[in-house]
Amino acid sequence: MSRPLRIGTGAGFSADRLDPAVDLVARGALDYIVFECLGERTLAFAHRDRLRDPEQGYNKLLETRFRALLPLCADNGTRVITNMGAANPRAAALRTLEVAGALGLKHCKVACVEGDDVTARIDGDTELPELGTTVGKLGQSLVAANAYIGADALLPALAAGADVVIAGRVADPSLFLAPLRHAFGWREDDWQKMGAGTAVGHLLECAAQVTGGYFADPGIKPVENLAYVGFPIAEVAPDGAAVITKLPDTGGCVTLHTVKEQLLYEIHDPARYFTPDVVADFSTTRLSEDGPDRVRVTGAGGRPRPEALKVTLAFDGGSLAEAEVSCAGPGARNRARLAGEIVRERMTHLHGYGGALRIDLIGVSALHGTAVERPVDTEDVRLRAALRSLRDEDAELLLWEVESLLCCGPAGGGGFRGHITPSVVTHSAYLPREQVQTRVEMFEA
Amino acid sequence: MSQAEKSRSVPLREIAHARAGDKGNISSVALFVFDPRHYEAVRAQVTPQRLRAAFGGVLRGEIARYELERLHGFNFVMTEALEGGVNSSLNLDSHGKSWSYLLLSLEVEVEV
Repeated sequence: MSRPLRIGTGAGFSADRLDPAVDLVARGALDYIVFECLGERTLAFAHRDRLRDPEQGYNKLLETRFRALLPLCADNGTRVITNMGAANPRAAALRTLEVAGALGLKHCKVACVEGDDVTARIDGDTELPELGTTVGKLGQSLVAANAYIGADALLPALAAGADVVIAGRVADPSLFLAPLRHAFGWREDDWQKMGAGTAVGHLLECAAQVTGGYFADPGIKPVENLAYVGFPIAEVAPDGAAVITKLPDTGGCVTLHTVKEQLLYEIHDPARYFTPDVVADFSTTRLSEDGPDRVRVTGAGGRPRPEALKVTLAFDGGSLAEAEVSCAGPGARNRARLAGEIVRERMTHLHGYGGALRIDLIGVSALHGTAVERPVDTEDVRLRAALRSLRDEDAELLLWEVESLLCCGPAGGGGFRGHITPSVVTHSAYLPREQVQTRVEMFEA
Repeated sequence: MSQAEKSRSVPLREIAHARAGDKGNISSVALFVFDPRHYEAVRAQVTPQRLRAAFGGVLRGEIARYELERLHGFNFVMTEALEGGVNSSLNLDSHGKSWSYLLLSLEVEVEV
């Protein structure tokens, strides 16, 4: 292919909006739309869903998204690539076939990519280098382990003509590199192209984060019509040079500033960004304006890919308990502080709870409270108490203690809320890439 | 002119923008100046040492700073900076998304 390939982002995280994706497919003349919907926690919770029900374990919005989008994709010749398969790509693919069938879409080809689930390869001797220990010595209960697989795992599905490619733990930028490799025939050891395509993928993978989402700061960084922020499009030339843009008449903006923020987002050394496909070098990237809401991206490079694949291991983290109550009006700060002291005293000395207990005064010192407490004059303060424990009784006790402040605590406290959420803890391991065998299965509606 | 007349102190937020990300217990904050003329002032003043001194309560590990002059920015990579990380932290903002504005709350001296 010699014309630029047009790739859009349909989702940048599991719960991302639907309407910008529908608009992109309807008006964007896209070759591909990519839905990136997986984080470390999302995947761990998907594994839990699958353990409860073998037909579950994929993105909960998959059906909603595909009901709205598959007919539009068929009309516009737009192919779909996603990691919405999460912990169960096969069940997700079968469900997608049912959706396509119910919509009357004939000959819709759905590919399922598997092999990233490496739970069976993990044992007590598996090393956790960042902790300097092993899975056995850690002594926590393993939920699942997934290897980050690369663009090469998706290529057979694209070559077989899949309209929808559903995978699990594909590395985020690899979801975008795969169609570029397929369209332009880039060799897997053309490291400069792998780096350039990875830069495009990295810029697109968080959807609105490159088009003005997560950017606005009124008075400093204004963004127009953020309520209807458009999702991004990349126009990628066969040599890897790209323009990042969005649809006209959508909210948001594509500027040097929005693109810079996303280029380094969650990157460590910008000259060495490790993916399964390449060690990409973003430090040489050149950005230039190419008209309104158009930024040209060139110059990213790359070096040979790592020999080992990163694996995320999820362990049972028990329960996170959070309970809150508010104080307002004169003296609110001191009354909320007293409430917090009472909770700490009773949890520690009456109940003998010995774990970490967090007490925040929201409005005074919460998010940045550990780093710095600033003098503020507020009369609207929310006390928050939080703990994480493998024992359900600890979680339930915290909620009870905070709620009991309503009669036994300081004057004027109100608005109690408490909730307990299951928690997972993730750690990283590494596997030689030859131990991770991926496979593609094709289905047709 | 005295030193005070040649320079003034401004909140970093007025001359720079930032975004925070997380991987495990490592926080990364990318910081960019709006005007390339402020790059040197930020390079000289927003150092890992200063961040550790200002925010040592939460930035407990190593702080590396990558300089990206072509992008007019810096990438700060801070280990042990997320109270255990998104799955362990008891902070409401367990990703440390608001760490960008922690940095932007610093004051810097810029030439008038």
